[in-house]
Amino acid sequence: MSTTLFLILCLNGLQYGMLLFLIAAGLTLVFGVMGFINLAHGVQYMVGAYLAFAYVQLTGSFMLAVILSLVTALILGLLLEHFIFRHLYNRDHLDQVLATFGIIIFLNELAKVIFGPATLSIAPPEFLSGSIQLTETLRYPIYRFVTIFAGLVVALGLYLTISFTRIGMLIRAGATSAEMVSALGVNIQRLFMIVFGVGAMLAGFAGVIAAPIFAIEPGMGDNILIVAFVVIITGGIGSIGGAFFAALLVGLIDTLGRSLATEILSTVFNPSFANQIGPALASMLIYILMAAILVFRPKGLLPAKGVS
Amino acid sequence: MKKHLKQLTAGVALSAVMGTAAFADDIKIGMVVTLSGPPAALGQQIVDGFQLALEQKDGMLGGQKVELIVEDDELKPDVALVKATSLVERDKVDFVVGTVFSNMLQAIFKPIVQSDTFLISPNAGPSTFAGRNCNPYFFVTSYQNNQNAEVSGMIANEEGFENVFTMVPNYQAGRDNIVGFKQTFKGNVTDEVFTPLGHQDFSAELARISTSGADAIFTFMPGGMGVRLVNQFANAGLSENMKFMSVFTTDETTLPGQKDAAVGFLAAGSWAPDLPNDANAAFVKAFEEKYGYIPGSYAMQAYDTASLLDSAIAKTGGDMSDKDAVRAALKEADFTSLRGDFSFNNNHYPVQDFHMLNVVKRDDGKFHTSFVRTIAKDYADSFSQDCKM
Repeated sequence: MSTTLFLILCLNGLQYGMLLFLIAAGLTLVFGVMGFINLAHGVQYMVGAYLAFAYVQLTGSFMLAVILSLVTALILGLLLEHFIFRHLYNRDHLDQVLATFGIIIFLNELAKVIFGPATLSIAPPEFLSGSIQLTETLRYPIYRFVTIFAGLVVALGLYLTISFTRIGMLIRAGATSAEMVSALGVNIQRLFMIVFGVGAMLAGFAGVIAAPIFAIEPGMGDNILIVAFVVIITGGIGSIGGAFFAALLVGLIDTLGRSLATEILSTVFNPSFANQIGPALASMLIYILMAAILVFRPKGLLPAKGVS
Repeated sequence: MKKHLKQLTAGVALSAVMGTAAFADDIKIGMVVTLSGPPAALGQQIVDGFQLALEQKDGMLGGQKVELIVEDDELKPDVALVKATSLVERDKVDFVVGTVFSNMLQAIFKPIVQSDTFLISPNAGPSTFAGRNCNPYFFVTSYQNNQNAEVSGMIANEEGFENVFTMVPNYQAGRDNIVGFKQTFKGNVTDEVFTPLGHQDFSAELARISTSGADAIFTFMPGGMGVRLVNQFANAGLSENMKFMSVFTTDETTLPGQKDAAVGFLAAGSWAPDLPNDANAAFVKAFEEKYGYIPGSYAMQAYDTASLLDSAIAKTGGDMSDKDAVRAALKEADFTSLRGDFSFNNNHYPVQDFHMLNVVKRDDGKFHTSFVRTIAKDYADSFSQDCKM
């Protein structure tokens, strides 16, 4: 294991972590502030990717597509909130799971009807499509650096908004006691709508920036949703800071684990045995991490204040 | 009402003339393919290819009217089993054509062949039914799964690759491909990497590849995995000093998503859209005109399956009651394959040529695999000697 390979793996882990953070940020707020289980959050990630594809076809410009996709994802999120989710806030979790699961199936099929079942892709914008020479044999795509940077910017923006603005204060208060906030004359319904819309937009944004790296296909959000849930539970439900650190942790452990598990095991066991169980063990690592953290810190790494 | 009447008369007629070769009812063909989820594109190609053949023959095969019943197995073994059983028991089909995936084939195999119905696979060719468990009611018109990987090993030898990095998804077909590749490849396999099925981010694996010192990579990443791998491989700048060699990773179903990133990549296969023969040129032209996309090997195999049925039904005069005669007619494979030479081995798997293919961009901006040269002539699978048929 050379140092450069290790460095590359860390960069990849960071980049994956940032992507997870963008998805988990919205999920943790919706879950934490509203106590609402939104399984359809992953499908909003897919919607973002398909929107980017459609707008790139339409306008030919990636940057324009990013902006248009964000606006559309926000509008779609608000529409979903207005017509469906609003009616589920006071229902129990089972109803929420059923309704949002229905939305997953509906949107996955809709994507297939509109865009066809085949896997699609878009190219990264021209000025970001190169790669940086790190060593003689190793290059790292510029686009991936940009996604890390974009994730950091969003994280910083969210941190500042939640810590220092009036709306951030209301979100924190809503997470602790929604009824009390409502009793003080705050329009909690509108607050929920904003949180939900922004959450949908962030998931859409994750889909947009992931589209040039991963392929676009129906159901692409289903797997990442599970990992996003691992992130918010590990980080502490309702906590943006927790989601940030947990996302990085999960991203790094998953990426490093997949490369190193087989190698480490083969120093102890014979190579073919290590080859058999290495990949299986690597894909379990993040769940083992979650279980371990729940044992020692049942509320997660950085629980939101006042959450009981 | 009319339909019932027709069935009634058919039933009466059937009982009246049972066993005489002169009479023939409509031929019923059931098709079980995957038409939902991300791999739906593969199943769609099979349906399209088969229907093109039917249409060109005015809805008839071997001079008999054909009723085609298409079922979606949803890539779930239990669903596949239910659909296949109902095709055999309720619809009483004469042939079942299916499936795309080997695990689906394993699910539907028993109930179909045990009811003495012919099962013809237009794609899946698992080793399970090629050797000891070969079956008189089972035919494969595609290939045996290991063959493409074995031919890839030969390509690696011929191209002079010495160190090859191998990477496949962690499931049966993935492991089979590595076994097949190592069986013929004489050089050194630097790594064997197993990724989860449906893997998203290959960056960790690509980092390993770039420091492995291998001069080529061999991989099997069907569907969306292939699109992601190829794009990420090219974006990481690895294409410049490493050859990319694969099976079912850069084909006509994934190339629309891979585009320029895949140009020049090598593949092993029994067919390419520009394989030089007249029947093939006519097929590709007609297919593109009708469906608006370049056919892949799936569509070709389905078309060949229809041609095979056409020849067999013609030979028996439409009489499906004498199973031995139908089997003998199928076994002859007396049709013009789009692949050129085609015959059945004793285990009912094909004996055919395998070629080296590479990805090219056509003048109209579409991408397809292109025939380079033949690697193995009349290549049979390595399980047939275990088959007592």
